[in-house]
Amino acid sequence: MSIFEKIKESSVSRRTFLKWSGVSATPIVFGGVATKKYLKPKAVAATQKDDEETIIPTCGTTNCGGRCLIKTHVKDGKIVRITTDDAEEDSLICPQIRACLRGRSYRKFVYNPNRLKYPMKRVGKRGEGKFERISWDEAIDTIYKETKRITDKYGPASRYSTYASGNWGGIASGRTMFKKLMALTGGYLGYHNTYSSAQTSNATPYTYGTGATGSSLDSLVNSKLIILWGHNPAETIFGTSNFYLKRAKEAGAKIYVVDPRYTNSGIGLADEWFPIRPTTDNALMDAMTYVILTEKLHDKDFLDKYCIGHDEDHMPENIPEGESLESYILGKKDGIEKTPEWAEKICGLPANKIRQLARDYAMAKPAALLQGYGPQRHMNGEQIVRGATVLASLTGNVGKNGGWASGQGGFSRTSVASVPQVENPLGITIPCFLWTDAVTHGTEMSADDGVRGLKDGETLPSNIKLIFNLAGNALLNQHGDINETAKILEDESLVEFIVVSDVFMTPSAKFADILLPSNTFFERHDIGLPWGYGDYAILSQKVSENLYESKSDYEWLTLLAEKMGVKDKFTEGKTEKDWARWVVEETKKQDPSFSTWEQMQKNGIHKWKFDKPTIGFEKQISDPENNPFPTPSGKIEIFSKDLWDMDNHEEIPAIPKHIAVGEGPESELTKKYPLQMIGWHYKRRCHSIHDNNPWMEEAGKQEMWVNEMDAQKRNLKDGDIAKVFNDRGVVQIPVKITNKIVPGVVAIPQGAWYTPNKDGIDTRGSINVLTTLKPSPLAKGNPQHTNLVEVEKI
Amino acid sequence: MTQLGFYIDQARCIGCEACVIACKDKNDNPVGVNFRRVYSFEEGSFTEDKNGSFIQNIQSYFLSISCNHCDEPKCVENCPTTAMFKREEDGVVVVDQDKCVGCRYCEWNCPYGAPQYNEELGKMTKCDLCIDLLEKGERPACEGACPVRAIEIGPIDELRAKYGNVSEVKGLPTASITKPNLVINTHKDASE
Repeated sequence: MSIFEKIKESSVSRRTFLKWSGVSATPIVFGGVATKKYLKPKAVAATQKDDEETIIPTCGTTNCGGRCLIKTHVKDGKIVRITTDDAEEDSLICPQIRACLRGRSYRKFVYNPNRLKYPMKRVGKRGEGKFERISWDEAIDTIYKETKRITDKYGPASRYSTYASGNWGGIASGRTMFKKLMALTGGYLGYHNTYSSAQTSNATPYTYGTGATGSSLDSLVNSKLIILWGHNPAETIFGTSNFYLKRAKEAGAKIYVVDPRYTNSGIGLADEWFPIRPTTDNALMDAMTYVILTEKLHDKDFLDKYCIGHDEDHMPENIPEGESLESYILGKKDGIEKTPEWAEKICGLPANKIRQLARDYAMAKPAALLQGYGPQRHMNGEQIVRGATVLASLTGNVGKNGGWASGQGGFSRTSVASVPQVENPLGITIPCFLWTDAVTHGTEMSADDGVRGLKDGETLPSNIKLIFNLAGNALLNQHGDINETAKILEDESLVEFIVVSDVFMTPSAKFADILLPSNTFFERHDIGLPWGYGDYAILSQKVSENLYESKSDYEWLTLLAEKMGVKDKFTEGKTEKDWARWVVEETKKQDPSFSTWEQMQKNGIHKWKFDKPTIGFEKQISDPENNPFPTPSGKIEIFSKDLWDMDNHEEIPAIPKHIAVGEGPESELTKKYPLQMIGWHYKRRCHSIHDNNPWMEEAGKQEMWVNEMDAQKRNLKDGDIAKVFNDRGVVQIPVKITNKIVPGVVAIPQGAWYTPNKDGIDTRGSINVLTTLKPSPLAKGNPQHTNLVEVEKI
Repeated sequence: MTQLGFYIDQARCIGCEACVIACKDKNDNPVGVNFRRVYSFEEGSFTEDKNGSFIQNIQSYFLSISCNHCDEPKCVENCPTTAMFKREEDGVVVVDQDKCVGCRYCEWNCPYGAPQYNEELGKMTKCDLCIDLLEKGERPACEGACPVRAIEIGPIDELRAKYGNVSEVKGLPTASITKPNLVINTHKDASE
C-alpha cells in the first residue's frame, strides 16, 4: 500500500474519531517572536522589500566533491536563509553550481547549539570525554610546552597530523598550516594517500602512468552507453556529475549501473541495474573480457597499437609464456576459462546478464565506464581499478570523445594559484591509513610497509608520539577497527599528547588532551575548488564573526607559531583573508580572464567556459609517436612489468585478476559470518559531518539495508533494531528491509558517530566498529567495505 | 486568473531531497513539518537461480511532491473555519492563520498529505508556492534547488502544453478527487 493510500485510509478512519470540541481548545490569540516567522501574509504587496537583508556568497569547504555556491542571506548579522547559484546561464558549458541537501542545511550546522564554545583540557581518562574549560592562553601554552618536550625527547619524526578533511579549503586549513609550522621547526612525519582513493590513486598509474585519466564531463553527451560502476554521484556529489549525467541521458545515452545496491543514481538515471556481490567485480570483468575476446568484439587494432600485455605477441621481455591477459582469460595456465558461467557463481549476476553487459559495452561506440571510489575501497580494490582500465582498452574507448579510460578518472583543466608551502626537511611519508601502526611499532616500519622517503633498509626514526587532529574524525570514527584504535589512543604511554580542534564533540574529539573550538567556514576566508569535475572556483567568504570563543586553525596556529618564534615565516604577514585575496590576484596574473577580488567578493564564483570537451589521453591516441603514455613502456600497460618485479604474484598480479579476499563471499569465514557488509556515502552526511544535524537526520535516518531474503532468515522486520557483529565489535542499528540490495549483503551508511553504551556496544551504527586495520596489498589503503558479519534481531 | 502549478520530471528524480531542505530552510520549518516531501517506492524481488546467481525484477522510483494547489481542493472544501482558501489571482491555496484553529481537518482531507501541522503554532501550515518570492521575480525554493532541474513552476496551461497532462502515477491517488495542478513526466517504473 502506498503512503498516499495510507493517508487516505487514515483520513477516513480518524475522521470518525474526531471530536470537534476537544480540538478547538487551541488558543486563537497568539503572538511572540517565536511564532511570527510562521505567519504568512494573505497577500504580499510588491512594495514589501526586505531592505535589511544582504546576500553574501560563500562556499562550503568541507571535504565534499561538490563545492557549491552557498548564498547566505544575512540580517542583523545572522544567516536567515540559504540559497544557491541562480545565474542566468545554466547550460552545458556553464551550468549553475547548485548545492545539494547538505549545502541547503548549513544553518543547522553553524547555529547548532552543541558547538564547542571555548578551549578545554582533559580531566578524566583519555577518551572518556571529561573536560574542563580553560583560557586560550593556557591552551596555547600547554600545546607549546608539550610539543617542545616531545620533540626534544623523540625528534621531529614523532610529530604527526592525522588525515583530516573537515576543512578541505584551498588555503589555510589546519592540515596545511600544521605542515608549514612543523616544517619551519625541524620537520614532521608526513602522509600520502587519502582514505577516499588510496587503491585507485596507486593502481591506475600502473596502467596509464597517471591517475589523471578523466575527461571533462560535457563529453558524456557523446556517449552511447554509460556504465556507472559503483558510482553514485547522486549521494556522493562528484563535482557536477549529476548535471552532466542527466544531460547525457537526455542526449540519448543508455545508462547501466553495476552496484551491490540499486542506488539513488541508478533510480534517477539507469535503464538497468546489474547487482553484484562486493569484491567480485573482477570476476565479472574477467567474464566480460572472455565474452569480448571470444566473440571478437574487441578493438584489436587499438590493442596492438597502444597496449602491452593483452596477448602473448605483445609482452615485455623476459616474461615466461602464459602470463598475458588472453592466456589468463582463456585459462591457458590454470585450466580455468573465465566464462560467464564461471563468474556468475562468484559475483551473483546471471551469465546471460554478463553477456549482455559485455556485448553492449563492446558494441556501443563510444562507451564510458565510470568507476566510483566505493569499489576500490576494498582489500582487492587495486584489481578492480585496473580491471576497468583493461575493459576500456579492449573496446578502444581510451582517448575518445564520449569514451572513458576508467581507473581513477582524475581530471582538471582549471586551477588557481597555490599558497607557497615549506618543504618538510624530514621528507618521510607513511600511507595515511597506517598511522596506528606508526604509533604502536613505527620504528619497525620500512618501505615494505609503504613508507616513502627512507633509504634502503631504514625504518622510521620514531613512533608517533604527538598528534594534531585538526578538523578531522579519522582519529577514531573514520579509521578502521574503532575498538582497537580506541585502545591504542587510550594508552598514554604510546601517543603522549593529542591536540584536537573541531566544531563539535565528535567521537575523535573525546580523545583530545587539549580540545579547541574551531570556527566554521562561515567565519573565515578560503577558496573552494571542486574535485576536478567542474570549471569553477569559489570564494569561501567570511559571513559572520567567530561565534563564542572559536578560532580558525590558522588563527590559533599563528599564536603557537609566535611562541615557537616563527610567526613571520608562518604567516608571511598575511591573514586568511589576505591569502584568499593573494590567490585571486596571483591567479589573475597567470590567467587574465580570471575575476578580480572585488568581483569574487560580489559574485562569489568564477566560471571558466570551454567551447568543447577536453578528452583524457587524446594526444596519446591521435599522435602516439610524439606522445607516449607516461608508463615505462610508453604504452597502456595491461601487463605491468613493475608489478611483476614486485614478485608477489598472488596478491599483486601483473595483470588485473579476480582475487578472492579473506572476508568475501568465497571465504571460509562465511560459515561464522555469512553476510558481506559494505558502507556507502550517504546523501545526508559529508563523511561524518552533519551526523548531528536534525534536518539531515530527518532526510536520511541512520539505518542498515538488509535484503528481504536475509531478513526473513533472521526473523527481522522493517525498523527492528539489529545487532551486527564480527570478531572486531558489535553495532546496534535499525534495519531497513529492501530489495534494493543484493542478497547476502548488508549496507551501513558510513560516517555515523560512534556512540558506545556501557557494554562498549555502538548504538548509532558506526560502520568502523566492524572494519579492519589491515591494509590492501599494493596501496596500503583502507579496505573499509571488505567485511564479513552476522546480523541478529535483538 | 492564471492558475499556477508544478511540473515534476519524476523520471530524473534522484531522491536527494535538496528540494525538501531548501523548502525547510526558506520557511524555517522544524523537523516533522515538510511542505515538500519525497516519497520512495519499490517493488519486486530476488530469486536465487542455479549456480548461486540471482534473477531480479526490482523497480524503484521517487516522487517529490508538495501541494498541488488543486482545482477542487478538499482541504478548502472541508475547512470548518474557512481558513484554508484558494487565491483568486493565481489559484494558490493558502492558510489564513487568523482563522485557523489547528483542527487538522484539512490534513485528513488532503489525499496528498500537503497541509502540515505546526506544533509550536498549534496551526496548519503549507506550501504557498513561495508567492513572496514570485512577487519579487525570484524562483520558488524547491525549483531553484533541484540538482537535476526536475521541478518547474508556472502557469499550469503552459506546463501542460509543454509536458502533457499526466497528473497521477503509481502510488498517487487518482487525480479525479481534487484535480491537482500537477504535471508529471512519469518514471519508467511508475506507469500503471
